[in-house]
Amino acid sequence: MKILHRLAFAAAAVMCSMVAAQAQDDDVVKIGVLNDMSGLYSDISGQGSVAAAKLAVEDFNPAAHGMKVEVVSGDHQNKPDVGANLARQWYDVDHVDVIVDVPTSSVALAISEITREKNKVFLGSGPATSDLTGPKCSPNTIQWTYDTWMLANGTGKAVVQTGGDTWFFLTADYAFGQALERDTTKVVVANGGKVLGSVRHPLNTSDFSSFLLQAQTSKAKIIGLANAGGDTINAIKQGAEFGITAGGQHFAGLLVFINDVEALGLKTAQGLVLTETWYWDMTDANRAFTKRWQVAAGRPGKFPSMVPAGVYSSVINYLKAVAALKSDNDGRAVVAKMKEMPTDDALYGKGSIRADGRKIHDAFLFEVKKPEESKYPGDDYKLRATIPAAEAFRPLKDGNCPLVGG
Amino acid sequence: MFEIFGIPSQALFGQLLLGLINGSFYALLSLGLAVIFGMLNIINFTHGAQYMMGAFAAYLLLHHLGIGYWEALVVAPIVIGATGVVIERLFLQHLRKLDPLYGLLLTFGLALVIEGLFRNYYGSSGLPYQVPEALQGGRNLGFMFLPNYRAWVIVLSLAVCFATWFAIERTRLGSYLRAATENPVLVRAFGINVPRMVTLTYGFGVGLAALAGVMAAPIYNVSPQMGSDLIIVVFAVVVIGGMGSIMGAIFTGFALGIVEGLTKVFYPEASNTVIFVIMAIVLLIRPAGLFGRGA
Repeated sequence: MKILHRLAFAAAAVMCSMVAAQAQDDDVVKIGVLNDMSGLYSDISGQGSVAAAKLAVEDFNPAAHGMKVEVVSGDHQNKPDVGANLARQWYDVDHVDVIVDVPTSSVALAISEITREKNKVFLGSGPATSDLTGPKCSPNTIQWTYDTWMLANGTGKAVVQTGGDTWFFLTADYAFGQALERDTTKVVVANGGKVLGSVRHPLNTSDFSSFLLQAQTSKAKIIGLANAGGDTINAIKQGAEFGITAGGQHFAGLLVFINDVEALGLKTAQGLVLTETWYWDMTDANRAFTKRWQVAAGRPGKFPSMVPAGVYSSVINYLKAVAALKSDNDGRAVVAKMKEMPTDDALYGKGSIRADGRKIHDAFLFEVKKPEESKYPGDDYKLRATIPAAEAFRPLKDGNCPLVGG
Repeated sequence: MFEIFGIPSQALFGQLLLGLINGSFYALLSLGLAVIFGMLNIINFTHGAQYMMGAFAAYLLLHHLGIGYWEALVVAPIVIGATGVVIERLFLQHLRKLDPLYGLLLTFGLALVIEGLFRNYYGSSGLPYQVPEALQGGRNLGFMFLPNYRAWVIVLSLAVCFATWFAIERTRLGSYLRAATENPVLVRAFGINVPRMVTLTYGFGVGLAALAGVMAAPIYNVSPQMGSDLIIVVFAVVVIGGMGSIMGAIFTGFALGIVEGLTKVFYPEASNTVIFVIMAIVLLIRPAGLFGRGA
């Protein structure tokens, strides 16, 4: 018995020392895709983003650059503490060099801080809050695909200018919803509209009847949905039931993805105005990517939103910067390189990254087609307007980002 | 119109009515749970997944077999109830003599597996399901616009709850069931097939969950996580009402639906925690629940 105990102790000691002896650096570029794999945002990102990252690595062809690249993934369950723990473990133990995606703004803010602390890189394709390039900007973080300011300026402005001048907000009660409500309120007021009221609902609410009733009582022309994913779908579906449109009010879906439109069906979603920065059916390159993505993600018949497209774009440009620097060790250096090099990839074309970590590209105002206008599965959007990159995002000087001079 | 606490009375009555509608879902689901726990001593965590399967069954029946809502109201509970019977025969019957905690663990694990399978196959954004033609539209009651479908939900769930209560408390079959819960050996001695009764009761409880699922499909998003969102609240309802009491589950379901509705008016940010606060208070004062018969 005693010998057994001693052997066990010795084995444990050996194992501990093996962990401690691992080198600080390795020659593998490890990409961690962190998002919601099982909850209300898992269709927008989830396994689809992992597939997009893997396609990006494939297209970059690490062998040709003498690099080794690995992709790992994890589920943050929309909880900042779970996401933060996973990020720390990835950075400290698993030698992950860059975390990508991270929808759910509250988790993204936590990841951004941890990434700054560990001097790694965070490429946020999923989060919305414009604070990531504002007061909470970081030299280690790039916000890639979209943000609440862009959504407010795209959808919000378009709706107000076509007559929707009184608003009532249905807001998801956490960082994202509050940021979106704040940014959209500014746009509405700046364009001569009025906000008559708002109600905050818990994230992941299934029944909106009570909130919709409050919106109806306010008599606002526009009910602004400052939420996303399952919450938006439920609100719109139940709005149809409660005769919102029949009563003369309209929904403004401030953050709507193609997956939401598909879930609602064109009959319910028709006429919805939304802003996305990427649509699968806009170019041949997009269509080709979508075909490959459907196979890689195991999702035949489903369509990628702008979030996996952003993951693809951010990973390719990250790998290009690492190849140019010949090292992935210093997160700040890689991000600085990415800001220095113009970006170019098959999905987002040519673009650039600003000093505050904001990736710049065109935004598109879409309208959801009527059922009779849709010719094939996924034919959901018609283009209403293109917002050029220079106007689509918040001006650099207005962000209060400490990295930007002054 | 007069005001109550700063809210116009119109809005308040509207919210109370909506609370009643939500309460009918809670009542229907907690009735199934209470039947299963009261009669079988099984804490059925799979209830949420079975509710979700009912909604998916309605969708699948429509899209693959062309079976509409009205038929699905009958077919889906039978089909999902049958899967419940299978689960009971395969797994739960072996746990009957053990601590109820084992049943809880097993059913919880089953719920995760079922949800994962559906999510893997269907994704999480949900599937479209329309309100049936006959129930579309609504009427303006003056203080709110009441969709016909929501009125139907209250009516149907009240009817089903009452019928179940009546069957268990007032009929002979119900009395066999109640006797079998207290003393299965003696009841078997009278020649009544107790194991089969237990299995069918579990299937019935599951069928109730599936019925709630079919009723929810047109108005809530038909997605794999619809059950897990709801089940934890339903458990709180059952605990407050008293784990073994049928009438307690029904009454508490409706009452808590109304309380939640009022919270959404006065302090909406707390609307998904108020039921747990009430549960904590009730457990401190009456650990067996409001109508419970004691452990």
